[in-house]
Amino acid sequence: MLSHLSLYEQAIFVLAALLLYTCFSLLAHTRLLDLIRAFAWQGVLLAATCALVAWVLEQPHLYISAILTLSLKGFLIPFALHRLVIKLKLQHTVEKVSSPTTVLLSGVGLVIFSYYVALPIEQLSTEITRNVIAISLAMVLLGMLLLISRSQAVSQVVGFMAVENGLFFAAVVSTYGMPMVVELGVAFDVLVAMVLFGVFFFQIKDNLDSLDVDQMNRLSEVDE
Amino acid sequence: MPLSLALLSIVGVLASALISFGTDRAPWLFRFVVLGLLAVSGLTATAAGVWVLLTNQNLAIELALGLPWLPWHLRLDALSGFFFAIVGLITFVTSLYAVNYSREFQNSPYSYSTLGVFTGLFIAGMLLVLLADDGYAFMVAWELMSLSSYFLVVYQHLNESNRRAGFLYLLMAHVGGLSILLSFGVMVGFGDGFSFAAMRQAALSPLWASIVFGLAFFGFGMKAGLVPIHAWLPEAHPVAPSHISALMSGVMLKVAIYGFIRVVFDLVGDLLWWWGLLILFVGAASALLGILYALMQNNSKRLLAYSSIENVGIIFTALGLAILFISTGHPVLGALGFLAALYHSLNHALFKSLLFLGAGAIAHSSHEYNLERMGGLIHKLPYTAVFFLIGCISIASLPPFNGFVSEWLIFQTALQTTALESGILRLIIPITAAVLALTGALAVACFVKLYGIAFLGLPRTRHVKHAREVGGSMLASQAILAVLCFLFGIFPALTLQTLAVIPEKILATPVGEFAASSWLWLTPISADVASYSPALLLLGIVVVGFLGWLLLRLKKPCVRRADTWDCGFGGGTARMQYTATSFAMPIRHILSPVWHSSETIDEQRDDLRPVSIKHELHIADRSWPVLYLPILHYVQWVARRIGVVQTGNIRVYLMYSFFTLLAILWIVT
Amino acid sequence: MDWLLALLQTALFVFGAPLLLGWIKRLKALSQNRQPAPVWQPYRDLRRLFHKEVVIAHHASWLFRITPYIVFGAVVLVASVVPLLVTSLPTAAIADVIVLVGFFALGRFFLALAGMDIGTAFGGMGASREMTIASMAEPAMLMAVFTLAMTASTTNLSTAMLTILHEGLVLRPSFIFAALGLMMVAVAETGRIPVDNPATHLELTMVHEAMILEYSGRYLALIEWAAQIKLMVYGVLVLNLFFPWGIATETTTNALLIGSVVILAKLMLLALILVVSETVVAKMRLFRIPQYLSFAFLLCLLGALSHVILEAGYII
Repeated sequence: MLSHLSLYEQAIFVLAALLLYTCFSLLAHTRLLDLIRAFAWQGVLLAATCALVAWVLEQPHLYISAILTLSLKGFLIPFALHRLVIKLKLQHTVEKVSSPTTVLLSGVGLVIFSYYVALPIEQLSTEITRNVIAISLAMVLLGMLLLISRSQAVSQVVGFMAVENGLFFAAVVSTYGMPMVVELGVAFDVLVAMVLFGVFFFQIKDNLDSLDVDQMNRLSEVDE
Repeated sequence: MPLSLALLSIVGVLASALISFGTDRAPWLFRFVVLGLLAVSGLTATAAGVWVLLTNQNLAIELALGLPWLPWHLRLDALSGFFFAIVGLITFVTSLYAVNYSREFQNSPYSYSTLGVFTGLFIAGMLLVLLADDGYAFMVAWELMSLSSYFLVVYQHLNESNRRAGFLYLLMAHVGGLSILLSFGVMVGFGDGFSFAAMRQAALSPLWASIVFGLAFFGFGMKAGLVPIHAWLPEAHPVAPSHISALMSGVMLKVAIYGFIRVVFDLVGDLLWWWGLLILFVGAASALLGILYALMQNNSKRLLAYSSIENVGIIFTALGLAILFISTGHPVLGALGFLAALYHSLNHALFKSLLFLGAGAIAHSSHEYNLERMGGLIHKLPYTAVFFLIGCISIASLPPFNGFVSEWLIFQTALQTTALESGILRLIIPITAAVLALTGALAVACFVKLYGIAFLGLPRTRHVKHAREVGGSMLASQAILAVLCFLFGIFPALTLQTLAVIPEKILATPVGEFAASSWLWLTPISADVASYSPALLLLGIVVVGFLGWLLLRLKKPCVRRADTWDCGFGGGTARMQYTATSFAMPIRHILSPVWHSSETIDEQRDDLRPVSIKHELHIADRSWPVLYLPILHYVQWVARRIGVVQTGNIRVYLMYSFFTLLAILWIVT
Repeated sequence: MDWLLALLQTALFVFGAPLLLGWIKRLKALSQNRQPAPVWQPYRDLRRLFHKEVVIAHHASWLFRITPYIVFGAVVLVASVVPLLVTSLPTAAIADVIVLVGFFALGRFFLALAGMDIGTAFGGMGASREMTIASMAEPAMLMAVFTLAMTASTTNLSTAMLTILHEGLVLRPSFIFAALGLMMVAVAETGRIPVDNPATHLELTMVHEAMILEYSGRYLALIEWAAQIKLMVYGVLVLNLFFPWGIATETTTNALLIGSVVILAKLMLLALILVVSETVVAKMRLFRIPQYLSFAFLLCLLGALSHVILEAGYII
């Protein structure tokens, strides 16, 4: 029975489910600002998970991760993206996804698939970890699906970071976080990536008058 | 004793076919003797089937027919008895119906003798398929059924589209028949002999068992009309005379399901779990696509034919659940799914026949199959309207009628997934159940459309306005089916307890709680898990409705008839009503990729306003461009290649024979 | 005793439903800075309608006249199987939650047919839209129900509530999703904003009202009353299935009193949530509704997924 689990484990499950939900809402939102908001929520939930693990399992270094996650993924990056979108006047563009229902349904398929993949791992670790790994694998795959299905560069950046979020979640819950150095490195990488993306956005926008990555097909030198 | 009754019924049916040869001279012979004989044989067959089912006998006989070293083995057990009873019952009802209905053909270019002879052969073929206990007899009976029904499909042969539909039917029936033959072939090869008993003994490796399963699934699935090999069904079923359509949709599809159950559950025996998964997917897809296509049809009989695909899909979904549960070691739950499939087969036979007979009644009195030209028939055909409504409620699986019971059982089976070890199956089965729920909801929309457009509102054409109620025999036959739909919906527990002997016999498992539940309560797993009492529900709804009515009656009833509200513009006409196409438009809009549709709006304008607007909408089955046309092109391509050898020069042909002879001689030595 | 209680609960549903609607209308008026009508206004409306004469179109058939009774009977029957104050409800065994969905569908079937019976464009339009919405909402609803049934391993409503109560306060991710999804479906099925607006008679937006446009007098009263009961049934379903705490498990006077106070408070709170959401959200156009409902379905599906992935391993 679920009630045999400790309250901590139940809370982890709820957070996992909510994180999965934010992944689906990333897939469902077609307006960039909504997308960024959903991404910010994902960051906040991730930070909450981190803090919960730190508090219950007394892993003080995770507090630092939690604060880092909250400030970077919860506020800083979404805020920067938000400003970028406003600056590039993209806030009213609605991305056209060829078939939104198909994307969502294949998302459900991916969840089932990642559960199927994660099941055999069960002998290796405790049951809770196995379930959470299934969810975080699903988060990674859903992030990739977002990358594939969108054409706006901004949503691709969000997709990329959602993939990273999935990995981070698995790391926090199953092995209580990566070593501090790695974590700081990753955080720094994400930040640098953000800055680089920002620069690139302006470059792409200047050269192509659009942030639609499908437009980059024009860059190919094949005859036209 | 039941077996001799069964044989008697087959003899009766064949006799009716024989007498039919004389009916062109004396039409009364057809209406009274031929149809009478058919009806009596139908009743005999029902009696035989029910008898076997109740007493749970297993009777076998060998007839010295067929090949000299291979007599026909016939057997009547609980499973074939159940289907025997369905065939007999629907035969009885449709022959009763035909007494009045066949008058339509009296002064037509189509002869009674053709109808009578092939109806007799068709029914005899179906009954023999159910009795057959060896592969040879089975295939002979199967071909008899397929061929004679071809002649019934092309009965009204002056219409060119009927001939096309007939050809398609013949082609598909033979591709399917070949597949079934091959599956028997594999089993005969591994066992010794053609009899089913020998096939049961055959030790098949999982690979060969899967091949047998695949061939049988393809062959029987084609006859049953599973997606994507269903394309012949909506072409062939509607063009036959209505009572034959009822037989084909209501009964012949069940014979295909019987064949599938017999081969896979009984003869092969050791079920593999992925078969269940495959059937589950194909069944759910058939159910959903069938009802979506049905929703877009504006021809009443085509709509019903597509809805048959949906119901066959539901039956196969239940069978898939059964295989999944049995193969993973939960035979009791598997038996529950199996029972649900059987019960839905019975129910579908009842309400689909009822609806086809109703559609025939509409056509008989107004010569109309097109929904867009009907309307307001509830005033013209008051009794048919009641029976048709009952049919619609049953097929839309609404409580408290019979369609709901079988759907409820399937849901209950699907909800037992927590018993399974495999996490993936636990995920997939509820999603399949959600697909079934979507199917059910769309079925409600579909039959609201059918009934609402045909029977309600204002008549859209003049001949519909002057339609008259059909004759006594047509009404009586519909009434019987409607009453049965109601009874099987209200007292399902009794029937299901009787049917429980079939899974006990075929699957060799007890069916758990079914034996314990009383006639009033349906408790498939246990009373704690789920229970349903349609009789008490009906009592409740009657009491509440009656109390409400009584309370309102206390006051002086004050009802005034007035014109319909027309927004103050004056005079609504029949053309202002919602049409069948517009009714289905929102769903077509939402799920547009499902259909292969093309819509053009051609608007002619003068300076200011449109002068004329022409709207064209074509909705076609996607399976044609996706599946059939590529195959067709490929076959043509191959044929052209092979055609090269046909030079037309006689000496070249002689050379072919010469080389063949040389080759044979070389091989022999 | 149990049967008497069942009768009492049904009566509470039937006679309390207008009060719930009155409360919602009152809150709504307050939230829009209007002078609210008294809470019992729906009773007055019903009474007035019952006393009015019935006007029927010339070619309306018998179907049009029996539909109100069938719709009302079906809804009352559904109300009688939903535990309101006490979990031990003998009638709950007659019809489980799947039958409940089926009975709602039955009422809708007849209502849609009655809409098409008069032969106006409005009736057909309403029927077509209602069936479209319903066919999208029903899978979502059943998916939520399945999640619940798999958790409690029963489809019997009172047993399900007992099981959930027995487990105590457990954080269930699946229930969060299923409850949200069911609420969205309930909004669609009871014809509230943003799916349908019960207060409008504008042909572009009407759904439910378009079907019943030709009804008047006591027929209209019965249909309106049935709609009110339906709203309350959905409310109680959401509340008592996902937050059953407070409902009486034994039939002592004390427990019953607590139960009725708690359910009253819960319903008032739910009404408040409904009103707030209706005030904030605008009515959607018809072809946005599939997106809304597929979102609801996705929520219910996520509920089922998280049940199987995260929770089901722990059922022993």
